[in-house]
Amino acid sequence: MLEIKNLWVTIDDKPILQGLALKIGNGETHALMGPNGSGKSTLAQTLMGHPNYTVTKGKVVFDGQDLLKLESDQRAHVGVFLSFQYPSEIPGVTIASFLRMVYNKKNGQTMSPIKFREVLKEKMEMLNMDEDFMHRYLNDGFSGGEKKRMEILQMLVLEPKLAILDETDSGLDVDALKLVAKAVNFLKEKNNMSVLLITHYSRVLKNIAVDKVRVMKAGKIVQEGGKDLAEELEERGYAGEKEELTH
Amino acid sequence: MQAKKKNLHINADYKSKFGFNVDAKYAFKSKKGLSEEVVRQISAMKHEPEWMLDFRLKAYETFKQKPTPTWGGDLSKINYDDIYYFVKPTDREERNWEDVPVEMKNTFDRLGIPEAERKHLAGVKAQFDSTVIYSSLMAELEEQGIIFLSTDEALQKHPEFFTQYFGKIIPPADNKFAALNSAVWSGGSFVYIPKGVKVKRPLQAYFRINAMNMGQFERTLIIADEGSEAHYTEGCTSPVYTEDSLHAAVVEVIVKKGARFRYTTIQNWSGDVYNLVTKRARVEEDAVMEWVDGNLGSRLTMKYPSCFLVGNGAHGEVLSIAYGGEGQHQDAGGKMIHIAPNTSSQIVSKSISANGGRTSYRGMIAVTPLAANAKSRVECDALILDSASASDTFPVMRIDNSSANIEHEATVSKIGEEKLFYLMSRGLTEAEAMSLIVSGFIEPVVRQLPLEYAVELNRLIELEMEGSVG
Repeated sequence: MLEIKNLWVTIDDKPILQGLALKIGNGETHALMGPNGSGKSTLAQTLMGHPNYTVTKGKVVFDGQDLLKLESDQRAHVGVFLSFQYPSEIPGVTIASFLRMVYNKKNGQTMSPIKFREVLKEKMEMLNMDEDFMHRYLNDGFSGGEKKRMEILQMLVLEPKLAILDETDSGLDVDALKLVAKAVNFLKEKNNMSVLLITHYSRVLKNIAVDKVRVMKAGKIVQEGGKDLAEELEERGYAGEKEELTH
Repeated sequence: MQAKKKNLHINADYKSKFGFNVDAKYAFKSKKGLSEEVVRQISAMKHEPEWMLDFRLKAYETFKQKPTPTWGGDLSKINYDDIYYFVKPTDREERNWEDVPVEMKNTFDRLGIPEAERKHLAGVKAQFDSTVIYSSLMAELEEQGIIFLSTDEALQKHPEFFTQYFGKIIPPADNKFAALNSAVWSGGSFVYIPKGVKVKRPLQAYFRINAMNMGQFERTLIIADEGSEAHYTEGCTSPVYTEDSLHAAVVEVIVKKGARFRYTTIQNWSGDVYNLVTKRARVEEDAVMEWVDGNLGSRLTMKYPSCFLVGNGAHGEVLSIAYGGEGQHQDAGGKMIHIAPNTSSQIVSKSISANGGRTSYRGMIAVTPLAANAKSRVECDALILDSASASDTFPVMRIDNSSANIEHEATVSKIGEEKLFYLMSRGLTEAEAMSLIVSGFIEPVVRQLPLEYAVELNRLIELEMEGSVG
């Protein structure tokens, strides 16, 4: 469903992704690990269409479509979702009104605020979020953990075909992590959602089953394996980092 | 994948949309330009008492003597000799509804402006009588002893209020444009709320329908007697077309002991208008005055609603929204003068500048030596939508009492690519994302508006963003 071929991406003319390739099938969950600066977030932002990232070479096919030709909002409509590592704060816009807008656009309907409230309440319950939360302004003054949960709530509202989780697990306590995993697994079961899980830690893989683990370095995939690879990496560190330490 | 630079043109097409010209027929129109003769003529036309003529003539002398301000916006292009200072309101130009451009009609549609009001806003002499439409409301007001008349009519019927209050809060010598207004004023509203009377509904619909009848030099006088409560609104969010390039109004409000008054204005004048308005309230013991001031249109607006907090415990507030688009300069803010002890004030200003537009916050907090324990808070936030636009802040503080507690916060933000990208990643178009950010930014002020104004304002933002992005 997602196929990335020989992807080269620059930011301010600095090359970040350098010939990255990967494939994720329907309903599959792939973990992406690697040292800081290896280009994991660049990949996530590029897939969502961030204007500062320039694709100089390569192709991204999503569900048979050329993803790179679509604007960010169109990518959302075809079913790509990114859980941001650093979500923006939008003061003055309540979560309830924002999510209703997003939901109605996605589903081509005009659900009333009262009816949508019920829809939203159910999703918030899954994440153990207080109902009053929906009247707060989007991410405005949220703690790191609250922002992460807010991203996942948006995923539940949008029900994407592919969820890219950019270090959503970082900074979450065990309970919060379990809730996030529950929501991801819920959509995996319900809609056969595919997941690209960008993480530094193997603990999230205990809660979300992965089909493949990939390691990125210097803008490329350098290693592939199963769940064991993640644990191994966490114990030993990344090969590249070790080398550097010995210098 | 590169960011596309898209121009925002909010109100930029105002001229093509609304700047239609139709031959006007006037029954009476004063000569172009200002002279003692014109001032006398205006007063005579209105059959005014002698003292009002004197007041006008003295004000005219003051106007001539006062130099045009060189601070604020650029006023050098005003040609005082090229202005009609008096047009009998009932003889305003006639324009056929059929001649009103379809775009303007669509705007009314999108804003949900009631049928009856559209024609007025478009400058069409409509076939209805507002006193019939609003007669039940007017009867309700009369029952409570509320006086709500045009200022001209009130001067004839209730001269006692005028000898006591008219020109006392804002004397003609206050500034050049207050002097001009004092010399040639016409129209505007007079409101008297009797002691203890609380008006639940805003005094709004009635006035709105009459918005087009008000002249370019309207004069408003409001007295909220002890313990009363009321909310007065003027203007509207939809564009108001005018041929007159100078609008210089004066609004005087007296809020007596324990009373509470709110004055809401939304102005959306066409883009060639100089909007130079003096608004001031005298706030007595334990009284509360709130100015809610929205400036969307005009070429240049200079307006700083102020409160003179003269009674112990008096409270004053200004909530200001300004939007400066192409060719526009909104120089707005507020003034709080703390004269009595235990007085408090707040100014919240939200400005948006786009497409080369400019907004300035200009404000003053003064605490006199007698005003012990004064408290004041100023918050001004500016949102700049593109690099061609600008925003400045000119806060002045004169604090002559060491017990004062003054806070000032100012922020300037740009609609960052990150925010747009974030919202677009959820499926919103660029225009939708932009209007969401803007409406969120002004939400603290919009929340204070009557519901239909708030709805209209939000729709207007959506509409403008839709028409201007992509």
